Amino acid sequence: MTVNDIVGKLNLTVFGGDKGLNREITGGYVSDLLSDVMGNASEGEVWVTLQTHKNVMAVASLKDVSAVILVKGLKPDEDMLAQSNEEDIPVLGTEMETFELAGQLYGLIKNR
Amino acid sequence: MKFKYEIEGGNFSKAGNASSAVKKILKQLNVPPAIIKKLVVALYEGEVNVVAHAWNGCIHVDIEADRIFVSIEDEGPGIPDIEQAMQEGYSTASQAVREMGFGAGMGLPNMKKNADYLNVKSEVGKGTTVEIITFLK
Ligand SMILES: Nc1ncnc2c1ncn2[C@@H]1O[C@H](COP(=O)(O)OP(=O)(O)O)[C@@H](O)[C@H]1O
Ligand SMILES: [Mg+2]
Repeated sequence: MTVNDIVGKLNLTVFGGDKGLNREITGGYVSDLLSDVMGNASEGEVWVTLQTHKNVMAVASLKDVSAVILVKGLKPDEDMLAQSNEEDIPVLGTEMETFELAGQLYGLIKNR
Repeated sequence: MKFKYEIEGGNFSKAGNASSAVKKILKQLNVPPAIIKKLVVALYEGEVNVVAHAWNGCIHVDIEADRIFVSIEDEGPGIPDIEQAMQEGYSTASQAVREMGFGAGMGLPNMKKNADYLNVKSEVGKGTTVEIITFLK
């Protein structure tokens, strides 16, 4: 399953990093603590968060996550968006809250 | 092979740049991905600690045939009680920094978990040096 597949299936907004939409997804990680993601997320996972600042992209890139999903209609800060495009790591958005989004995402990835 | 990268204290918009530069070099040198992944965690946490807690610093990386030696040195307030600072959850980070998702007190524990050897030296009022060794074999 690629990032593009979940964009379609979950009707996500693509804010940036379009060139990374073909990245392969291996799982997901939900956290708003950067050190938690740093220590526990794995390469290829989709990172679900409500953090919207540039440091999210630094962590996303260092960990090689496949995409970042912002919940509750949140939008990336301008410098977060710029780095998403530089690194080709998609930043996606949804109106859903974390619980609902994570549940749907889990269903998709588990049943693939 | 030796490299050095500067870290600006207080400048969160550049946090991660030095770690990212080191990661690129390790990739180019064909260091095994599993080793890069671990080292990147320790590098980033060390870099963020300089940004969040110190005034300025630098990362020295020395790559040898059998090991990678990293030293993160800063000028800053230092750490009065290193044992306490190493505890999971201990943090003196400000509320503003916590709201950004930093300051969970997981940085030093993350570094310990991801290094083969970790040594923290600090002098209050002067600065802190964190040494990390990762064995390649
Ligand atoms: N380079 C440093 N200079 C001064 N104090 C530091 C440094 N690194 C860590 N500390 C102290 O150790 C505490 C714990 O560090 P860490 O485990 O990385 O958690 P956090 O950075 O989230 O607070 C910090 O809150 C700070 O008080
Ligand atoms: Mg820290």
